[in-house]
Amino acid sequence: METVKKHFFSDMGVMLGRSMRHIFRSMDTIITVAITPIALMLLFVYVLGGAIHSGSDNYVNYLLPGILLIAIASGIAYTAFRLFTDMQRGIFERFHSMPIARSTVLWGHVLTSLVSNFISVAVIILVALIMGFRSSAGLLSWLAVAVILVLFTLALTWLAAIAGLSAKSVDGASAFSYPLIFLPFISSAFVPTESMPSAVRAFAENQPVTSIVESIRALLSGQPVGNDIWVALAWCVGIMLVAYFFAMRAYKKRV
Amino acid sequence: MTETAIQVKGLQKSYKKLHVLKGVDFEVEKGSIFALLGSNGAGKTTIVKILATLLKQDSGTAAVNGFDVASKPGNVRQSISLTGQFAAVDEILTGRENLIMIAKLRHLTNPRQVADDLLKRFGLTDAADRRVSIYSGGMRRRLDIAMSLVGKPQLIFLDEPTTGLDPEARIEVWKTVKELADSGTTVFLTTQYLDEAEQLADWIAILHEGRIIAGGTLEDLKKLFPPAKVEYIEKQPTLEEIFLAIIGKKEEK
Repeated sequence: METVKKHFFSDMGVMLGRSMRHIFRSMDTIITVAITPIALMLLFVYVLGGAIHSGSDNYVNYLLPGILLIAIASGIAYTAFRLFTDMQRGIFERFHSMPIARSTVLWGHVLTSLVSNFISVAVIILVALIMGFRSSAGLLSWLAVAVILVLFTLALTWLAAIAGLSAKSVDGASAFSYPLIFLPFISSAFVPTESMPSAVRAFAENQPVTSIVESIRALLSGQPVGNDIWVALAWCVGIMLVAYFFAMRAYKKRV
Repeated sequence: MTETAIQVKGLQKSYKKLHVLKGVDFEVEKGSIFALLGSNGAGKTTIVKILATLLKQDSGTAAVNGFDVASKPGNVRQSISLTGQFAAVDEILTGRENLIMIAKLRHLTNPRQVADDLLKRFGLTDAADRRVSIYSGGMRRRLDIAMSLVGKPQLIFLDEPTTGLDPEARIEVWKTVKELADSGTTVFLTTQYLDEAEQLADWIAILHEGRIIAGGTLEDLKKLFPPAKVEYIEKQPTLEEIFLAIIGKKEEK
């Protein structure tokens, strides 16, 4: 099996290249993962923003972390979709009957999810800069933001893998992501939670998105992050481990 | 070494309560076309999946090119290629990209050259740079088989290669299979069409209720059954013959 191990990285590269082509050739994917979040950002800043009292003088700065999370949540829906179609079309079977590192078939999708979400996050940050986003964060803070986003992406990617591997239909494979995309709206991503009715506020303050948004926002604005970052990391790692366990179980059932 | 490409002994497999294979035995000679015949749900695909290392049997043994499928799956995968029941092609990539992808995964040194050669051989050069999603059923199947030939595997599995194809495409696939066998590749074919087995196979095995109930050359099988009676009937052309004749005329013009 030495030869198979030796080719792990080149096989992984082929898998990544394949899925990245799928993304760049799908107008639908590009619209959903990059254009829609940017449109949301424009809408909130230039239409609704005037009426929102976020307590910060730069609403783009306030908004950006939530927009990034929405983009990632929309992005991983396509990971589920791609996994599902691969399984349906028999291309999984073709790969699995070839002398390649078998794990690359699944991990290729995970890597694609990371790379493609990184690209959409970068594009959105670029647009935000044009819209007046400014950050006083140093290299270390940016690095911390990157770590949080990578963990968040991985956690959601493994959730997506469960859906993609066990869904019975295309709809089922991607529908699970809607609640995830919606979650940032019921958090401190767009408005401070203090303005919400108490029941909603209790939910908003204790769901993962709020702690993640708060830590990223604090890091980008050079404020002390406090406890939020640990809560955020715990959520990401916890979801990731549980989702990974169930995704692997679904995967082993299918191959 | 050995002249057998596949050796299967006492193969059993159940899905939950459904006992699909109840002790299957057969051998496939190197360089031959072997047809596994059976109705839908007889377990043909299950056998293919076990031989292609996608599924583990409950009991019995299976060896491909001398390697046990359960204990040496890596060696088995080196020498086989699977063309599954549904064309396993990437619809978003072009025909050329599909072939290059497989050539890269087989770690060949010149993926582009390999792709060009196969595109030419399968008459897909003109469509090479179009996305597979707009290919016809026959073209897809041809690309599918071409992808299986990348890296020249010694044994190729074709699981119902002509199901869902129109008569013309079917004949194209048959021609390809014959050429494959002529070049020394062993072909393991499953089909539910009797005429397909009759046309192609050197050896036919009939799978029924979990066992191989008959096996042999076409001549052998004919001997097993009541001798041919001589009857005088008017031979009407079949609709397929009419269809192909009309199409053929059109193409000559």
